[in-house]
Amino acid sequence: MGFLDTLLGRTKPVQPNLDVLFQLPSAAVTLQASTGFTPTGTGSVCFRPVEGRAFADVEKDVRELLDMSGAKTGTLPVEVTRDSFGFTWLVSSHLSTEVEDLVTDLHAVNSALVDNGFGPQLLCTLVAFRDDAQRRLALVYLFKRGTFYPFAPLAGERRDNALEMQIKGAVEGDLKMEQDLSRWFPVWGAPGL
Amino acid sequence: MVARSRYAPDRGLTARMTATIFLLGLVFVVFVAAIVFILNAVRASDALIVLAAVVIGGGLAIGSLFYSDKIALSTAGAIEVTPQQAPELHGVVDRICALADMPKPRIAIAPTDIPNAFATGRNTKHAVLCVTEGLMRRLDREELEGVISHELSHVAHKDVMVMTVASFLAIIAGLLIRFSFYGELFGGGGRRNSNDQNSGLILLAILAVSIVVYAISFLLIRLLSRYRELSADRSGALLTGQPSALASALQKVSGTIARIPTKDLREAQPLNAFFFVPALSAREGQTSIANLFSTHPPLEKRLAQLAKISQQLSRQ
Repeated sequence: MGFLDTLLGRTKPVQPNLDVLFQLPSAAVTLQASTGFTPTGTGSVCFRPVEGRAFADVEKDVRELLDMSGAKTGTLPVEVTRDSFGFTWLVSSHLSTEVEDLVTDLHAVNSALVDNGFGPQLLCTLVAFRDDAQRRLALVYLFKRGTFYPFAPLAGERRDNALEMQIKGAVEGDLKMEQDLSRWFPVWGAPGL
Repeated sequence: MVARSRYAPDRGLTARMTATIFLLGLVFVVFVAAIVFILNAVRASDALIVLAAVVIGGGLAIGSLFYSDKIALSTAGAIEVTPQQAPELHGVVDRICALADMPKPRIAIAPTDIPNAFATGRNTKHAVLCVTEGLMRRLDREELEGVISHELSHVAHKDVMVMTVASFLAIIAGLLIRFSFYGELFGGGGRRNSNDQNSGLILLAILAVSIVVYAISFLLIRLLSRYRELSADRSGALLTGQPSALASALQKVSGTIARIPTKDLREAQPLNAFFFVPALSAREGQTSIANLFSTHPPLEKRLAQLAKISQQLSRQ
């Protein structure tokens, strides 16, 4: 924020950065090769709904768009959930080999919101992974920072920090990772994880 | 394609705030000029009084800036909490910070039943957000989110810093009033030669100028504070996209505060400027004079602004 904005008490809503999402498929390959984590084929977009008609219309359009593309390729319809913080999650499910399609879906949601002027409402996008021991992992993309971070939940709202650091090292060459660890906020109970 | 923005700036508010800041600057310049003019034919002892006021005033301002978080937390009796102790509160703050792309402040809870919240700290890195137990008990999660986004907007706007700088002038003027008053009291008696009488006149002049400057800057600072509250309401509502939740929180909180006995309220008074709603809120039918001295805009004004934002957001 600039000096003048501080003086006048203004904040401009932060616009999201979308294109980085397409780096995910190559990162998934690296992750599988180096750590054994494979994509589950599920991913989700989280955003804060805005009150009023305009946003409800956009949300409806996005769901129809995704359902249509899902019907064409024969995948599951999009699932919409609202978490206890009032945020909406759109969950898109594909086969575990179709990471590119998944990312295309996620990107469609994001750009629909941005094109309608609701870009600042986007919180994060999440792609889920599992390894042979069924450990859960998500790569979370923070729209406002344009960076990724790993999130590995354990039972009882604890995080596997060692695994997260390992994952960060593994995909650092493919993705721009969030260096400020205080921004790795937990997404407990995120749908699709 | 450039996406159109739904988040229109409020030019009226910006203009009014610019005018207020300009007037504060003007008063400052006039004040300095007047003091320099008065001191022009002066002896060292009087110049020393002014110098002392500037040094002590500056020290006070810098001290309160650097220790604002600790002072505010200990005055409110608040205790910092970890994510394990208050997972819900941390979850709400986490998400708002990620939406706004700002570092997460430290979080504290004050064990009082008065529903309120404040944020303090000289910059975003040293910010502390404090909510009271009464607030968390009375508000649902969306309303709590509204209040927190309002407080985080104060942090983003660096309001503690801005208000401290703005108050600097009033602090110095206030000190000068005290010093020159005592100087007059103790310096005037006893010795009676022409030189001392001259000195007494100069002290009187400094006293008069300081009183005028103190009064004007006091009103301007209160005005600036009210504009910054409106700004924080506005930014907070746009951040969450839920102006109505913030409006409902405002109504709940101010309604409860009016019912609470005055004894508790007096204890809370020094923190008023940074509270979500003032602990001593004026009742209905308050006069416009009372508005002039208030740190917060009247409830109706804040609700009207939020209603306007709600309309803007739902426009197709």
